[in-house]
Amino acid sequence: MTDLTNLTVAQIRDGHRAGDFSAVEVAEAFNANVAGAKALNAFIVETPEHAIAAAKQADADRSAGSLKPLSGVPIGMKDLFATNGVQTTAASHMLEGFVPRYESTVSQKLWDAGCGMLGKLNLDQFAMGSSNETSYFGNVISPWKRKDGGNAALAPGGSSGGSSSAIAARLCPAATGTDTGGSIRQPAAFVGISGIKPTYGRCSRWGIVAFASSLDQAGPMARDVRDCAIMLENMAGFDPKDATSLDLPVPNWEAALSSDLKGKTVGIPKEYRLEGIDPEIDAMWDAGIAMLKDAGAAVVEISLPHTKYALPTYYIIAPAEASSNLARYDGVRYGLRDLPEGAGLQDMYAATRADGFGPEVKRRIMIGTYVLSAGFYDAYYTQAQKVRTLIARDFEQAFGGCDVILAPTAPSAAFGLGEKMADPLAMYLNDVFAVPASLAGLPAMSVPAALNREGLPLGLQIIGKAFDEQGVLNAGLAIEERAGFTARAEKWW
Amino acid sequence: MAIDQATVRKIASLARIAISDAEAAAMEGELNGILGWVEQLGEVDVTGVEPMTAVIPNQLRLRDDVIDADPLTGGNRRDDVLANAPAAQHGFFGVPKVIE
Repeated sequence: MTDLTNLTVAQIRDGHRAGDFSAVEVAEAFNANVAGAKALNAFIVETPEHAIAAAKQADADRSAGSLKPLSGVPIGMKDLFATNGVQTTAASHMLEGFVPRYESTVSQKLWDAGCGMLGKLNLDQFAMGSSNETSYFGNVISPWKRKDGGNAALAPGGSSGGSSSAIAARLCPAATGTDTGGSIRQPAAFVGISGIKPTYGRCSRWGIVAFASSLDQAGPMARDVRDCAIMLENMAGFDPKDATSLDLPVPNWEAALSSDLKGKTVGIPKEYRLEGIDPEIDAMWDAGIAMLKDAGAAVVEISLPHTKYALPTYYIIAPAEASSNLARYDGVRYGLRDLPEGAGLQDMYAATRADGFGPEVKRRIMIGTYVLSAGFYDAYYTQAQKVRTLIARDFEQAFGGCDVILAPTAPSAAFGLGEKMADPLAMYLNDVFAVPASLAGLPAMSVPAALNREGLPLGLQIIGKAFDEQGVLNAGLAIEERAGFTARAEKWW
Repeated sequence: MAIDQATVRKIASLARIAISDAEAAAMEGELNGILGWVEQLGEVDVTGVEPMTAVIPNQLRLRDDVIDADPLTGGNRRDDVLANAPAAQHGFFGVPKVIE
Protein backbone atom coordinates (compact mmCIF):
# COMPACT_ATOMS: atom_id res chain seq x y z
CA MET A 1 0.00 0.00 0.00
CA THR A 2 1.19 3.53 -0.75
CA ASP A 3 2.62 5.51 2.10
CA LEU A 4 -0.17 8.03 2.62
CA THR A 5 2.28 10.60 3.98
CA ASN A 6 3.91 10.84 0.55
CA LEU A 7 0.68 12.15 -0.97
CA THR A 8 0.14 15.81 -1.77
CA VAL A 9 -2.87 17.79 -0.54
CA ALA A 10 -4.54 17.34 -3.94
CA GLN A 11 -3.88 13.59 -3.91
CA ILE A 12 -5.24 13.20 -0.39
CA ARG A 13 -8.33 15.25 -1.20
CA ASP A 14 -9.02 13.41 -4.45
CA GLY A 15 -8.10 9.95 -3.13
CA HIS A 16 -10.33 10.40 -0.12
CA ARG A 17 -13.16 11.62 -2.31
CA ALA A 18 -12.72 8.57 -4.58
CA GLY A 19 -12.79 6.20 -1.62
CA ASP A 20 -9.20 4.98 -2.05
CA PHE A 21 -8.56 5.39 1.68
CA SER A 22 -10.24 6.82 4.73
CA ALA A 23 -9.41 10.17 6.27
CA VAL A 24 -8.73 8.40 9.56
CA GLU A 25 -6.03 6.30 7.87
CA VAL A 26 -4.42 9.49 6.57
CA ALA A 27 -4.56 11.22 9.95
CA GLU A 28 -3.13 8.16 11.71
CA ALA A 29 -0.25 7.95 9.23
CA PHE A 30 0.68 11.60 9.72
CA ASN A 31 0.19 11.41 13.51
CA ALA A 32 2.67 8.53 13.55
CA ASN A 33 5.22 10.53 11.55
CA VAL A 34 4.80 13.50 13.88
CA ALA A 35 5.22 11.32 16.95
CA GLY A 36 8.36 9.78 15.47
CA ALA A 37 10.10 13.03 14.60
CA LYS A 38 10.82 14.61 17.98
CA ALA A 39 14.46 15.10 16.90
CA LEU A 40 13.34 17.80 14.44
CA ASN A 41 11.51 19.75 17.18
CA ALA A 42 9.10 21.03 14.52
CA PHE A 43 6.04 21.04 16.80
CA ILE A 44 5.51 22.89 20.06
CA VAL A 45 2.19 21.12 20.72
CA GLU A 46 0.97 17.96 18.99
CA THR A 47 -2.77 17.58 18.54
CA PRO A 48 -3.35 14.07 17.18
CA GLU A 49 -6.87 14.02 18.63
CA HIS A 50 -7.81 17.14 16.62
CA ALA A 51 -6.59 15.48 13.42
CA ILE A 52 -8.49 12.27 14.18
CA ALA A 53 -11.73 14.10 15.05
CA ALA A 54 -11.62 16.06 11.78
CA ALA A 55 -10.84 12.85 9.90
CA LYS A 56 -13.81 11.03 11.42
CA GLN A 57 -15.99 13.95 10.41
CA ALA A 58 -14.53 13.83 6.89
CA ASP A 59 -15.31 10.11 6.60
CA ALA A 60 -18.85 10.71 7.87
CA ASP A 61 -19.27 13.59 5.43
CA ARG A 62 -18.14 11.35 2.60
CA SER A 63 -20.79 8.78 3.52
CA ALA A 64 -23.38 11.53 3.75
CA GLY A 65 -22.30 13.06 0.44
CA SER A 66 -21.42 16.38 2.01
CA LEU A 67 -17.67 16.60 1.43
CA LYS A 68 -15.93 19.91 1.97
CA PRO A 69 -13.09 21.34 -0.15
CA LEU A 70 -10.33 19.94 2.09
CA SER A 71 -12.11 17.04 3.78
CA GLY A 72 -9.60 14.46 4.96
CA VAL A 73 -6.52 16.72 4.75
CA PRO A 74 -4.56 17.13 8.00
CA ILE A 75 -2.28 20.14 8.22
CA GLY A 76 0.20 21.83 10.54
CA MET A 77 -0.62 25.22 12.08
CA LYS A 78 2.16 27.72 12.73
CA ASP A 79 2.03 28.59 16.43
CA LEU A 80 1.41 32.23 15.58
CA PHE A 81 -2.28 31.57 14.84
CA ALA A 82 -4.62 31.67 17.83
CA THR A 83 -6.36 28.31 18.19
CA ASN A 84 -9.33 27.98 20.49
CA GLY A 85 -8.46 25.74 23.42
CA VAL A 86 -4.96 24.92 22.16
CA GLN A 87 -1.88 26.68 23.54
CA THR A 88 -0.64 29.51 21.33
CA THR A 89 2.81 30.87 22.20
CA ALA A 90 4.44 32.58 19.19
CA ALA A 91 7.37 30.44 20.43
CA SER A 92 7.85 32.82 23.36
CA HIS A 93 8.14 32.32 27.10
CA MET A 94 5.85 35.36 27.35
CA LEU A 95 2.89 33.38 26.01
CA GLU A 96 3.78 29.97 27.42
CA GLY A 97 0.55 28.46 28.69
CA PHE A 98 -1.66 30.98 26.86
CA VAL A 99 -4.76 29.15 25.70
CA PRO A 100 -6.91 31.37 23.43
CA ARG A 101 -10.68 31.45 23.84
CA TYR A 102 -11.12 32.28 20.18
CA GLU A 103 -9.93 31.05 16.79
CA SER A 104 -7.99 33.04 14.20
CA THR A 105 -9.91 33.72 11.00
CA VAL A 106 -7.44 31.83 8.80
CA SER A 107 -7.37 28.70 10.97
CA GLN A 108 -11.17 28.78 11.30
CA LYS A 109 -11.49 28.90 7.52
CA LEU A 110 -9.27 25.84 7.21
CA TRP A 111 -11.26 23.89 9.80
CA ASP A 112 -14.48 24.95 8.05
CA ALA A 113 -12.98 23.60 4.82
CA GLY A 114 -12.55 20.20 6.48
CA CYS A 115 -8.88 20.26 7.53
CA GLY A 116 -7.67 18.67 10.73
CA MET A 117 -4.78 19.96 12.85
CA LEU A 118 -1.73 17.80 13.51
CA GLY A 119 -0.23 20.33 15.89
CA LYS A 120 1.17 23.79 16.48
CA LEU A 121 4.41 24.37 14.63
CA ASN A 122 7.54 25.88 16.10
CA LEU A 123 8.86 29.20 14.77
CA ASP A 124 11.23 32.02 15.54
CA GLN A 125 10.06 33.86 18.63
CA PHE A 126 7.30 36.31 17.62
CA ALA A 127 8.30 35.43 14.03
CA MET A 128 11.55 37.38 14.46
CA GLY A 129 14.38 35.41 12.91
CA SER A 130 15.59 33.67 9.79
CA SER A 131 16.83 30.37 11.18
CA ASN A 132 14.35 29.27 13.84
CA GLU A 133 17.03 29.70 16.50
CA THR A 134 15.16 32.35 18.51
CA SER A 135 12.34 30.04 19.66
CA TYR A 136 11.98 29.69 23.41
CA PHE A 137 11.10 26.05 22.76
CA GLY A 138 14.39 25.17 21.09
CA ASN A 139 15.76 25.16 17.58
CA VAL A 140 13.92 23.43 14.78
CA ILE A 141 16.27 21.18 12.83
CA SER A 142 16.08 20.84 9.07
CA PRO A 143 15.68 17.26 7.82
CA TRP A 144 18.38 18.01 5.24
CA LYS A 145 22.08 17.26 5.72
CA ARG A 146 25.05 18.40 3.66
CA LYS A 147 26.61 15.71 1.50
CA ASP A 148 30.06 16.37 2.91
CA GLY A 149 30.17 13.43 5.25
CA GLY A 150 29.65 15.80 8.18
CA ASN A 151 26.63 15.74 10.39
CA ALA A 152 26.04 19.47 10.98
CA ALA A 153 22.48 20.36 11.99
CA LEU A 154 21.10 22.81 9.43
CA ALA A 155 18.64 25.67 9.84
CA PRO A 156 15.18 25.08 8.35
CA GLY A 157 14.93 28.82 7.70
CA GLY A 158 12.68 31.20 9.54
CA SER A 159 10.49 32.33 10.86
CA SER A 160 8.19 29.53 9.58
CA GLY A 161 10.87 26.91 10.27
CA GLY A 162 8.61 24.39 11.99
CA SER A 163 6.32 24.54 8.96
CA SER A 164 9.14 24.03 6.46
CA SER A 165 10.85 21.27 8.39
CA ALA A 166 7.60 19.38 9.01
CA ILE A 167 6.52 19.47 5.36
CA ALA A 168 9.94 18.45 4.04
CA ALA A 169 10.03 15.54 6.53
CA ARG A 170 6.50 14.39 5.57
CA LEU A 171 5.05 15.20 9.00
CA CYS A 172 2.27 17.14 7.28
CA PRO A 173 1.32 17.65 3.64
CA ALA A 174 0.87 21.40 4.07
CA ALA A 175 1.05 24.05 6.75
CA THR A 176 0.27 27.66 7.40
CA GLY A 177 3.05 30.19 7.46
CA THR A 178 3.28 33.92 7.92
CA ASP A 179 5.57 36.26 6.04
CA THR A 180 6.65 39.66 7.34
CA GLY A 181 9.97 39.91 5.50
CA GLY A 182 10.44 36.50 3.91
CA SER A 183 9.26 34.13 6.63
CA ILE A 184 7.37 31.86 4.21
CA ARG A 185 9.66 32.04 1.18
CA GLN A 186 13.10 31.69 2.77
CA PRO A 187 12.25 28.59 4.87
CA ALA A 188 10.49 27.04 1.86
CA ALA A 189 13.65 27.54 -0.21
CA PHE A 190 15.88 26.09 2.53
CA VAL A 191 14.05 22.74 2.60
CA GLY A 192 13.00 22.32 -1.05
CA ILE A 193 9.26 23.05 -0.79
CA SER A 194 6.91 25.75 -2.11
CA GLY A 195 5.30 28.64 -0.29
CA ILE A 196 3.37 31.74 -1.28
CA LYS A 197 2.88 35.05 0.46
CA PRO A 198 -0.25 36.55 -1.14
CA THR A 199 -0.98 40.23 -1.68
CA TYR A 200 -1.11 42.12 1.63
CA GLY A 201 -4.71 41.93 2.83
CA ARG A 202 -5.71 38.68 1.08
CA CYS A 203 -5.60 36.68 4.32
CA SER A 204 -7.08 38.12 7.48
CA ARG A 205 -4.62 39.01 10.21
CA TRP A 206 -7.28 38.59 12.89
CA GLY A 207 -6.09 36.14 15.51
CA ILE A 208 -2.48 36.06 14.27
CA VAL A 209 -0.01 37.22 16.92
CA ALA A 210 1.07 40.59 15.54
CA PHE A 211 4.68 41.36 14.63
CA ALA A 212 4.66 44.24 12.10
CA SER A 213 1.09 44.88 11.06
CA SER A 214 1.76 46.71 7.79
CA LEU A 215 3.82 43.74 6.58
CA ASP A 216 2.40 40.61 8.25
CA GLN A 217 0.62 38.32 5.83
CA ALA A 218 -0.37 34.67 6.16
CA GLY A 219 0.12 32.16 3.39
CA PRO A 220 0.43 28.43 2.75
CA MET A 221 3.49 26.21 2.52
CA ALA A 222 3.28 22.84 0.77
CA ARG A 223 5.23 20.49 -1.47
CA ASP A 224 4.02 21.86 -4.80
CA VAL A 225 2.40 24.82 -6.51
CA ARG A 226 -1.03 23.20 -6.87
CA ASP A 227 -1.19 22.51 -3.15
CA CYS A 228 -0.28 26.12 -2.43
CA ALA A 229 -3.13 27.26 -4.67
CA ILE A 230 -5.60 24.90 -2.97
CA MET A 231 -4.55 25.98 0.51
CA LEU A 232 -4.56 29.67 -0.32
CA GLU A 233 -8.11 29.45 -1.70
CA ASN A 234 -9.17 28.16 1.69
CA MET A 235 -7.21 30.71 3.74
CA ALA A 236 -7.95 33.93 1.86
CA GLY A 237 -11.08 36.05 1.94
CA PHE A 238 -12.57 39.23 3.29
CA ASP A 239 -12.82 39.58 7.06
CA PRO A 240 -14.54 42.60 8.59
CA LYS A 241 -12.52 42.01 11.78
CA ASP A 242 -9.29 43.06 10.02
CA ALA A 243 -9.30 46.73 8.94
CA THR A 244 -6.76 46.01 6.18
CA SER A 245 -8.55 42.93 4.82
CA LEU A 246 -9.19 43.13 1.07
CA ASP A 247 -12.88 43.10 0.19
CA LEU A 248 -12.37 41.07 -2.99
CA PRO A 249 -13.69 37.70 -4.14
CA VAL A 250 -11.25 34.80 -3.77
CA PRO A 251 -10.31 33.55 -7.27
CA ASN A 252 -10.30 29.86 -8.15
CA TRP A 253 -6.54 29.76 -8.34
CA GLU A 254 -6.30 25.99 -8.62
CA ALA A 255 -8.75 25.74 -11.52
CA ALA A 256 -6.94 28.47 -13.46
CA LEU A 257 -3.43 27.01 -13.03
CA SER A 258 -1.57 27.05 -16.34
CA SER A 259 2.13 26.75 -17.04
CA ASP A 260 1.74 28.14 -20.57
CA LEU A 261 3.41 31.54 -20.35
CA LYS A 262 2.99 32.59 -24.01
CA GLY A 263 2.38 36.33 -24.15
CA LYS A 264 3.81 36.86 -20.66
CA THR A 265 6.90 38.89 -19.91
CA VAL A 266 9.26 38.08 -17.07
CA GLY A 267 11.38 40.84 -15.55
CA ILE A 268 14.90 40.15 -14.27
CA PRO A 269 15.96 42.86 -11.80
CA LYS A 270 19.57 43.79 -12.44
CA GLU A 271 20.04 45.08 -8.87
CA TYR A 272 19.51 41.54 -7.56
CA ARG A 273 22.83 40.43 -9.14
CA LEU A 274 24.83 40.81 -5.96
CA GLU A 275 28.59 41.06 -6.03
CA GLY A 276 30.30 38.19 -4.30
CA ILE A 277 27.19 36.00 -4.20
CA ASP A 278 27.57 32.22 -4.45
CA PRO A 279 27.88 31.51 -8.21
CA GLU A 280 25.51 28.56 -7.76
CA ILE A 281 22.74 31.01 -6.88
CA ASP A 282 23.29 32.95 -10.09
CA ALA A 283 23.52 29.73 -12.10
CA MET A 284 20.19 28.56 -10.67
CA TRP A 285 18.69 31.94 -11.52
CA ASP A 286 19.93 31.68 -15.12
CA ALA A 287 18.49 28.17 -15.35
CA GLY A 288 15.15 29.57 -14.11
CA ILE A 289 15.21 32.23 -16.82
CA ALA A 290 15.72 29.51 -19.42
CA MET A 291 12.80 27.52 -17.98
CA LEU A 292 10.42 30.46 -18.22
CA LYS A 293 11.55 31.14 -21.80
CA ASP A 294 10.90 27.51 -22.56
CA ALA A 295 7.37 27.99 -21.16
CA GLY A 296 6.81 30.70 -23.75
CA ALA A 297 7.59 33.85 -21.78
CA ALA A 298 9.60 36.79 -23.03
CA VAL A 299 12.38 37.89 -20.68
CA VAL A 300 13.47 41.49 -20.13
CA GLU A 301 15.93 43.14 -17.79
CA ILE A 302 14.29 45.55 -15.36
CA SER A 303 15.59 47.98 -12.78
CA LEU A 304 14.49 48.31 -9.14
CA PRO A 305 16.84 51.15 -8.22
CA HIS A 306 16.11 51.32 -4.49
CA THR A 307 16.72 47.62 -3.84
CA LYS A 308 19.80 48.20 -1.67
CA TYR A 309 17.71 50.31 0.71
CA ALA A 310 15.01 47.69 1.24
CA LEU A 311 16.69 45.86 4.14
CA PRO A 312 17.58 48.96 6.16
CA THR A 313 14.05 50.30 5.53
CA TYR A 314 12.62 47.02 6.76
CA TYR A 315 14.81 47.07 9.87
CA ILE A 316 13.35 50.42 10.84
CA ILE A 317 9.71 49.83 9.98
CA ALA A 318 9.35 46.26 11.28
CA PRO A 319 10.96 46.93 14.69
CA ALA A 320 9.00 50.19 15.03
CA GLU A 321 5.72 48.37 14.51
CA ALA A 322 6.87 45.50 16.70
CA SER A 323 7.75 47.80 19.59
CA SER A 324 4.22 49.16 19.43
CA ASN A 325 2.48 45.81 18.93
CA LEU A 326 4.43 44.06 21.67
CA ALA A 327 3.61 46.77 24.21
CA ARG A 328 0.52 44.67 24.98
CA TYR A 329 2.61 42.10 26.87
CA ASP A 330 2.48 43.69 30.29
CA GLY A 331 1.88 40.81 32.70
CA VAL A 332 -1.64 42.01 33.43
CA ARG A 333 -4.10 40.61 30.92
CA TYR A 334 -2.57 37.37 29.67
CA GLY A 335 0.73 35.59 29.44
CA LEU A 336 3.65 35.71 31.81
CA ARG A 337 3.78 37.83 34.96
CA ASP A 338 7.02 38.35 36.84
CA LEU A 339 6.35 40.19 40.09
CA PRO A 340 9.54 40.59 42.14
CA GLU A 341 9.06 40.81 45.92
CA GLY A 342 7.77 44.26 46.83
CA ALA A 343 7.66 45.47 43.22
CA GLY A 344 5.20 48.07 41.99
CA LEU A 345 3.33 48.10 38.70
CA GLN A 346 6.13 49.66 36.62
CA ASP A 347 8.71 47.22 38.01
CA MET A 348 6.37 44.37 37.24
CA TYR A 349 6.08 45.46 33.60
CA ALA A 350 9.87 45.72 33.24
CA ALA A 351 10.57 42.42 35.02
CA THR A 352 7.88 40.58 33.06
CA ARG A 353 9.16 41.84 29.74
CA ALA A 354 12.81 41.16 30.64
CA ASP A 355 11.91 37.60 31.54
CA GLY A 356 9.35 36.88 28.79
CA PHE A 357 11.13 38.18 25.68
CA GLY A 358 14.20 36.55 24.12
CA PRO A 359 17.30 38.53 23.07
CA GLU A 360 16.29 39.08 19.43
CA VAL A 361 12.81 40.27 20.42
CA LYS A 362 14.29 42.68 22.95
CA ARG A 363 16.78 43.93 20.37
CA ARG A 364 13.97 44.74 17.94
CA ILE A 365 11.75 46.35 20.56
CA MET A 366 14.71 48.53 21.60
CA ILE A 367 15.49 49.53 17.99
CA GLY A 368 11.82 50.26 17.39
CA THR A 369 11.50 52.29 20.57
CA TYR A 370 14.56 54.31 19.62
CA VAL A 371 13.50 55.12 16.03
CA LEU A 372 10.05 56.18 17.25
CA SER A 373 11.36 58.30 20.12
CA ALA A 374 11.09 62.10 20.15
CA GLY A 375 13.93 63.69 18.22
CA PHE A 376 14.65 60.63 16.05
CA TYR A 377 11.20 59.88 14.62
CA ASP A 378 11.61 61.92 11.44
CA ALA A 379 15.24 61.02 10.81
CA TYR A 380 14.56 57.28 11.03
CA TYR A 381 10.89 56.35 10.86
CA THR A 382 9.50 59.00 8.51
CA GLN A 383 12.54 58.66 6.26
CA ALA A 384 12.02 54.89 6.12
CA GLN A 385 8.33 55.36 5.28
CA LYS A 386 9.33 57.63 2.40
CA VAL A 387 11.91 55.18 1.10
CA ARG A 388 9.24 52.50 1.33
CA THR A 389 7.11 54.59 -1.03
CA LEU A 390 10.06 54.68 -3.47
CA ILE A 391 10.56 50.90 -3.22
CA ALA A 392 6.89 50.31 -4.00
CA ARG A 393 7.14 52.81 -6.87
CA ASP A 394 10.12 50.90 -8.31
CA PHE A 395 7.92 47.81 -8.60
CA GLU A 396 5.01 49.77 -10.04
CA GLN A 397 7.22 51.17 -12.78
CA ALA A 398 8.86 47.81 -13.46
CA PHE A 399 5.46 46.15 -13.83
CA GLY A 400 4.73 48.61 -16.62
CA GLY A 401 6.99 46.40 -18.72
CA CYS A 402 6.59 42.91 -17.31
CA ASP A 403 4.01 40.57 -15.72
CA VAL A 404 6.11 38.81 -13.10
CA ILE A 405 9.62 39.14 -11.71
CA LEU A 406 12.04 36.23 -11.28
CA ALA A 407 14.81 36.29 -8.65
CA PRO A 408 16.50 33.96 -6.21
CA THR A 409 14.63 33.47 -2.92
CA ALA A 410 17.69 33.61 -0.65
CA PRO A 411 21.36 34.48 -1.19
CA SER A 412 22.54 31.04 -0.02
CA ALA A 413 21.43 27.51 0.73
CA ALA A 414 20.57 26.54 4.31
CA PHE A 415 23.36 27.36 6.76
CA GLY A 416 24.32 25.47 9.87
CA LEU A 417 22.67 26.19 13.21
CA GLY A 418 24.82 28.61 15.17
CA GLU A 419 26.72 29.88 12.13
CA LYS A 420 25.04 33.27 12.00
CA MET A 421 23.65 33.80 15.49
CA ALA A 422 26.61 35.90 16.70
CA ASP A 423 26.02 38.64 14.13
CA PRO A 424 22.47 40.02 13.82
CA LEU A 425 23.33 41.91 10.62
CA ALA A 426 24.66 38.80 8.84
CA MET A 427 21.40 37.06 9.76
CA TYR A 428 19.30 39.96 8.47
CA LEU A 429 21.05 39.78 5.06
CA ASN A 430 19.38 36.43 4.46
CA ASP A 431 16.20 38.22 3.54
CA VAL A 432 17.81 40.59 1.04
CA PHE A 433 15.77 39.20 -1.90
CA ALA A 434 12.58 38.60 0.08
CA VAL A 435 12.08 41.91 1.87
CA PRO A 436 11.43 44.24 -1.10
CA ALA A 437 8.20 42.43 -2.11
CA SER A 438 7.07 42.52 1.52
CA LEU A 439 7.60 46.26 1.72
CA ALA A 440 5.55 46.67 -1.47
CA GLY A 441 2.79 44.29 -0.28
CA LEU A 442 3.14 42.15 -3.42
CA PRO A 443 2.39 38.45 -3.86
CA ALA A 444 5.57 36.37 -4.02
CA MET A 445 6.36 32.69 -3.88
CA SER A 446 9.33 30.38 -3.66
CA VAL A 447 9.58 27.13 -5.60
CA PRO A 448 12.39 24.58 -5.35
CA ALA A 449 14.66 24.81 -8.37
CA ALA A 450 17.89 22.89 -7.84
CA LEU A 451 20.32 21.23 -5.45
CA ASN A 452 23.67 22.87 -4.82
CA ARG A 453 27.01 21.06 -4.73
CA GLU A 454 26.43 20.18 -1.08
CA GLY A 455 23.16 18.50 -2.03
CA LEU A 456 21.01 21.23 -0.46
CA PRO A 457 17.89 22.76 -2.06
CA LEU A 458 17.84 26.22 -3.63
CA GLY A 459 14.68 28.17 -4.35
CA LEU A 460 13.56 30.58 -7.04
CA GLN A 461 11.26 33.46 -6.22
CA ILE A 462 8.47 34.84 -8.37
CA ILE A 463 7.10 38.27 -7.48
CA GLY A 464 3.82 39.41 -9.02
CA LYS A 465 1.64 42.46 -9.36
CA ALA A 466 -0.74 43.22 -6.51
CA PHE A 467 -3.74 40.84 -6.64
CA ASP A 468 -2.08 38.67 -9.31
CA GLU A 469 -1.45 35.52 -7.28
CA GLN A 470 -2.50 33.62 -10.40
CA GLY A 471 0.40 34.99 -12.43
CA VAL A 472 2.78 34.08 -9.63
CA LEU A 473 1.40 30.55 -9.25
CA ASN A 474 1.46 29.97 -13.02
CA ALA A 475 5.09 31.02 -13.38
CA GLY A 476 5.87 28.88 -10.33
CA LEU A 477 4.18 25.93 -12.00
CA ALA A 478 6.19 26.47 -15.18
CA ILE A 479 9.41 26.27 -13.15
CA GLU A 480 8.18 23.31 -11.13
CA GLU A 481 7.38 21.31 -14.27
CA ARG A 482 10.79 22.02 -15.78
CA ALA A 483 13.01 21.86 -12.71
CA GLY A 484 11.70 18.38 -11.93
CA PHE A 485 12.71 18.78 -8.31
CA THR A 486 12.05 15.45 -6.61
CA ALA A 487 14.93 15.31 -4.14
CA ARG A 488 14.03 14.74 -0.50
CA ALA A 489 15.93 14.55 2.72
CA GLU A 490 17.12 11.11 3.70
CA LYS A 491 15.49 10.03 6.94
CA TRP A 492 17.85 10.19 9.95
CA TRP A 493 15.45 11.36 12.65
CA MET B 1 24.90 59.08 15.66
CA ALA B 2 26.23 56.58 18.12
CA ILE B 3 24.32 55.79 21.29
CA ASP B 4 25.95 55.26 24.66
CA GLN B 5 25.01 53.01 27.58
CA ALA B 6 23.00 55.75 29.25
CA THR B 7 20.89 56.00 26.08
CA VAL B 8 20.51 52.21 26.00
CA ARG B 9 19.19 52.30 29.57
CA LYS B 10 16.85 55.16 28.65
CA ILE B 11 15.43 53.20 25.67
CA ALA B 12 15.05 50.09 27.84
CA SER B 13 13.17 52.14 30.39
CA LEU B 14 10.87 53.57 27.69
CA ALA B 15 10.30 50.03 26.40
CA ARG B 16 9.67 48.77 29.97
CA ILE B 17 12.37 46.12 29.77
CA ALA B 18 14.60 45.66 32.81
CA ILE B 19 18.26 45.30 31.79
CA SER B 20 21.43 44.68 33.76
CA ASP B 21 24.63 46.69 33.28
CA ALA B 22 26.17 43.77 31.42
CA GLU B 23 23.18 43.59 29.06
CA ALA B 24 23.32 47.35 28.49
CA ALA B 25 26.99 47.07 27.61
CA ALA B 26 26.37 44.24 25.15
CA MET B 27 23.38 45.99 23.64
CA GLU B 28 25.30 49.21 23.11
CA GLY B 29 27.47 47.53 20.50
CA GLU B 30 24.62 45.62 18.86
CA LEU B 31 22.31 48.61 18.59
CA ASN B 32 25.08 50.84 17.27
CA GLY B 33 25.87 48.21 14.63
CA ILE B 34 22.25 48.12 13.47
CA LEU B 35 21.66 51.87 13.69
CA GLY B 36 24.91 52.61 11.86
CA TRP B 37 23.77 50.32 9.07
CA VAL B 38 20.24 51.76 8.69
CA GLU B 39 21.68 55.28 8.61
CA GLN B 40 22.47 54.81 4.91
CA LEU B 41 18.80 55.66 4.28
CA GLY B 42 19.76 59.26 4.94
CA GLU B 43 21.47 59.39 1.52
CA VAL B 44 18.22 58.71 -0.39
CA ASP B 45 16.70 61.81 -1.98
CA VAL B 46 13.09 61.82 -0.76
CA THR B 47 12.22 65.33 -1.90
CA GLY B 48 8.49 65.47 -2.58
CA VAL B 49 7.95 61.81 -1.57
CA GLU B 50 5.04 61.06 0.75
CA PRO B 51 5.64 58.55 3.54
CA MET B 52 3.79 55.31 2.85
CA THR B 53 0.71 54.84 4.99
CA ALA B 54 -1.08 51.99 3.19
CA VAL B 55 0.81 49.47 1.11
CA ILE B 56 -2.27 48.31 -0.84
CA PRO B 57 -4.90 50.99 -1.50
CA ASN B 58 -7.86 50.15 0.66
CA GLN B 59 -10.86 52.00 1.96
CA LEU B 60 -11.41 52.38 5.65
CA ARG B 61 -14.76 50.88 6.47
CA LEU B 62 -17.25 51.72 9.15
CA ARG B 63 -19.05 48.82 10.71
CA ASP B 64 -22.78 48.91 11.35
CA ASP B 65 -23.59 50.79 14.52
CA VAL B 66 -24.96 47.73 16.28
CA ILE B 67 -24.13 46.52 19.78
CA ASP B 68 -22.39 43.13 19.77
CA ALA B 69 -22.67 42.88 15.98
CA ASP B 70 -19.91 40.32 16.20
CA PRO B 71 -20.48 38.21 19.29
CA LEU B 72 -16.78 37.29 19.47
CA THR B 73 -15.56 40.85 19.78
CA GLY B 74 -18.65 42.30 21.45
CA GLY B 75 -19.43 42.49 25.14
CA ASN B 76 -20.47 40.01 27.81
CA ARG B 77 -17.31 37.95 27.45
CA ARG B 78 -15.81 38.70 30.86
CA ASP B 79 -14.85 35.16 31.73
CA ASP B 80 -13.20 34.63 28.35
CA VAL B 81 -11.32 37.90 28.67
CA LEU B 82 -10.06 37.01 32.13
CA ALA B 83 -9.38 33.35 31.40
CA ASN B 84 -5.66 33.90 30.69
CA ALA B 85 -5.02 36.69 33.20
CA PRO B 86 -2.15 35.82 35.55
CA ALA B 87 -3.98 37.23 38.60
CA ALA B 88 -7.68 37.70 37.94
CA GLN B 89 -9.67 38.54 41.08
CA HIS B 90 -13.37 39.15 41.62
CA GLY B 91 -13.95 39.58 37.88
CA PHE B 92 -11.12 42.06 37.43
CA PHE B 93 -7.47 42.06 36.38
CA GLY B 94 -5.31 42.03 39.50
CA VAL B 95 -2.27 44.33 39.63
CA PRO B 96 0.17 45.28 42.38
CA LYS B 97 -0.74 48.27 44.50
CA VAL B 98 -0.26 51.51 42.53
CA ILE B 99 -0.91 54.07 45.31
CA GLU B 100 0.62 54.16 48.77
